[in-house]
Amino acid sequence: MTSGTVTRDRTAAGAGRDGFARVLRAEWTKFRTVRGWAVGTLVAVAAIVGLGLLPGLQGSCGKQGPASTCTLPVGPGGQEVSDSFFFVHQPLAGDGSITVRMTSLTGLLPAGSAGPRGPAGSPGPAGPAGPGTGEEMRAGLAPWTKAGLIVKASTQLGSAYAAVMVTGSHGVRMQDDYVHDTAGPPGTVTPAAPRWLRLTRAGDTLTGAASADGTHWTTIGSAHLAGLPSTVQAGLFTASPQYVEAIGAAGASTGPSQATAAFDHLDRQGTWPANAWTGEKIGGADNAGPLERGGFDQSGGGFTVTGSGDIAPAVSGAAGLGTTITQTLAGTFAGLLLVVVVATMFITAEYRRGLIRTTLAASPRRGRVLAAKALVLGAVTALAGLAAAAVVVTFGQRILRGNGVYVHPATALTEVRLIAGTAALLAVAAVLALAIGAALRRSTVAVTAVIVVIVLPYLLSISVLPAGAARWLLRITPAAGFAVQQSAASYPQVSNLYTPADGYFPLAPWTGFAVLCAWTALALAVAAFLLRRRDA
Amino acid sequence: MNDTTIVVSGLRKRFGSTTALDGMSFAVQPGQVTGFVGPNGAGKSTTMRVILGLDAADEGTALIGGRPYRSLRRPLCHVGSLLDAGALQPSRTARNHLLWLAHSQGLTARRVDAVIEQAGLRAVARRRAGGFSLGMRQRLGIAAALLGDPPALMLDEPFNGMDPEGIVWMRGFLRSLAAQGRAVLVSSHLMSELQDTADHVVVAGRGKVIADASVAQLLAAASGDRVTLRTTAPSAAAVLAQAGATVTVTGPDTLTVSGLAAGAVVALLSAGAVPFSEVSAHRATLEDAYLELTRDAVEFRAAAPEVAR
Repeated sequence: MTSGTVTRDRTAAGAGRDGFARVLRAEWTKFRTVRGWAVGTLVAVAAIVGLGLLPGLQGSCGKQGPASTCTLPVGPGGQEVSDSFFFVHQPLAGDGSITVRMTSLTGLLPAGSAGPRGPAGSPGPAGPAGPGTGEEMRAGLAPWTKAGLIVKASTQLGSAYAAVMVTGSHGVRMQDDYVHDTAGPPGTVTPAAPRWLRLTRAGDTLTGAASADGTHWTTIGSAHLAGLPSTVQAGLFTASPQYVEAIGAAGASTGPSQATAAFDHLDRQGTWPANAWTGEKIGGADNAGPLERGGFDQSGGGFTVTGSGDIAPAVSGAAGLGTTITQTLAGTFAGLLLVVVVATMFITAEYRRGLIRTTLAASPRRGRVLAAKALVLGAVTALAGLAAAAVVVTFGQRILRGNGVYVHPATALTEVRLIAGTAALLAVAAVLALAIGAALRRSTVAVTAVIVVIVLPYLLSISVLPAGAARWLLRITPAAGFAVQQSAASYPQVSNLYTPADGYFPLAPWTGFAVLCAWTALALAVAAFLLRRRDA
Repeated sequence: MNDTTIVVSGLRKRFGSTTALDGMSFAVQPGQVTGFVGPNGAGKSTTMRVILGLDAADEGTALIGGRPYRSLRRPLCHVGSLLDAGALQPSRTARNHLLWLAHSQGLTARRVDAVIEQAGLRAVARRRAGGFSLGMRQRLGIAAALLGDPPALMLDEPFNGMDPEGIVWMRGFLRSLAAQGRAVLVSSHLMSELQDTADHVVVAGRGKVIADASVAQLLAAASGDRVTLRTTAPSAAAVLAQAGATVTVTGPDTLTVSGLAAGAVVALLSAGAVPFSEVSAHRATLEDAYLELTRDAVEFRAAAPEVAR
């Protein structure tokens, strides 16, 4: 009766691909016929969507009338920028230069303990509410307090500029167009050790130089500002950024700081048609307190310029404004938790009941069984993750904005990367969980191990761990894969708490994801080895 | 039916310091039910796992129609097996359990419905297997073994947990499978279960084969020339032993005598004026044959009181 069957089978023996397709189909049938696994996957989607669409974040943007709408200036490079400082300026027509000696730079910092921030990244207090007034202050300089010379296309926010400056603790710098930063001589400024600065315009090229004595000059760098108008605004500036102090692991105290710079020996070359200085607070909130408004004083040949704010790329989080679309994916960990439990059970449940013997008797090529299980889990989880992430990234940011939270706009490409990356993160983590389950075989042990290596490092990193430990964990554990969800850029020239809680990861998106993939590949190799070698 | 057989030769396997298989060799012929019996720990289940490629033997081979199991592309179409009726995902229905197995062999749902019918599971096919009694699980296991319509079947303790009606069904079912020309290997630790089922018996003990014979041969050998004697006289044993018989006390007033025919026993006792109430020729059961064969192989048996010869 079955001789026909046997003959047919022998001819099909070489058809390896058909063989794998059968195993794949069997594993898919297995997955879909256990209601708990399907339900678990759907609940994972619901958790990601639920936590993404029902955020606890509230902000004040647009909540107090049209004037409270939050917008950020856009720089020449197209990115959002901070453009807020005190500017003592007059027009410069055509080429020319300006030289000055800076004799002191002092400042005020918040006295601290302004109250902890929640770890979810509530919008920074630089919003239009204008906080910081009447707060206790102490003497000190923020690391990126800036004062010096600037040439700016206009006083319009976000316009092109180049500046040479002395900073709080990063020495002399030449910066232009918000994102470019070149280091000059180190050290700060005191009356005993003043610093000479010079900024020269020649066409579209701005050159910054510094000197200790006004005689021997060191060129720091040149900036090419394409399309710079022939008449620009040039002069002195002071800015002192939002000051951030970490409180514990995930809290932060922030407040505005202020700086005052003293200048003398001002010398101008070229055509300066107005011949009078205008002091003006550029940018910042309309209703800012006196601390942030700043001012200037001209007496004899000297100037004192007091200012607050920053000329730099805009960031989200503690030192910046609002949050990023990464915030909408905050529920990923909950979905991941469910997904890895289902993925682990997909194999350990077979060991628990002895069903693995039935499986391996039906499909003796064990590596294929593992591969088929991984493919089924990966595909199911990726689809679930894709759906969940697409919903929260699309609608979550609308809800956040509706709540008055400023959400930094992201390019379509970034949104696609976040959605696809979240799907890939969940899928690869599920395969890692499967591999750990196959190696450890016992459900409770394996589920615990999977949560400890994948989910726990992430949760600890965004909650209780100090920044150093958190960054270390997110570099080497499989939780590094969460980096694929980051959408905020960090800049060395902006002091901020670049913490995982605020969506800043120690590794680049795909690098972090590669760490997860490497762990998964290793775990799969070990699982395949053990599965082949051990008695079932 | 083709002549696919299961042949194991020289299987050896150790688990740590325990020798599970110690040169196990036998063949399962098509067209008959082969009983695979032995006490617990004799190596029956290990042998079956080695045949299915689940456990690796340290030495020896197990071949299905001349090929190792692991080289079979659609193994369930060569050998159907039931190792553990409890090996089920409890929340999966009986039909879905069979469905994934069918898909793994490239078989269709129609084949699933056919074996559900064959195993008498139609009424419960869409119920969760977790709620099944052991007897129902055995039937589901049988259905799974039949999925690929295999020429050889291998069932580990299929009578376990079955009610008397189920046992009768299973016996008939196994015989009908053999009658279709299939090679059927059935393990049991109770020889009595195989009494009316097996045509051939492989008796295992301590990891190797102690006896490999047809049931008819075994019964003939086991019956031997033993005589059951009922007497209360204490001198009976001594009288018979003196005449060269082996005498075993098998009850309060019962002795089993071997080495002497019934007539000789009667003559001896009469000559010695030893009173007795009954002498009968012993009729061996398969169980007796098995106990005799495995006497040395049972590792922890109760010490049987044996009268000196």
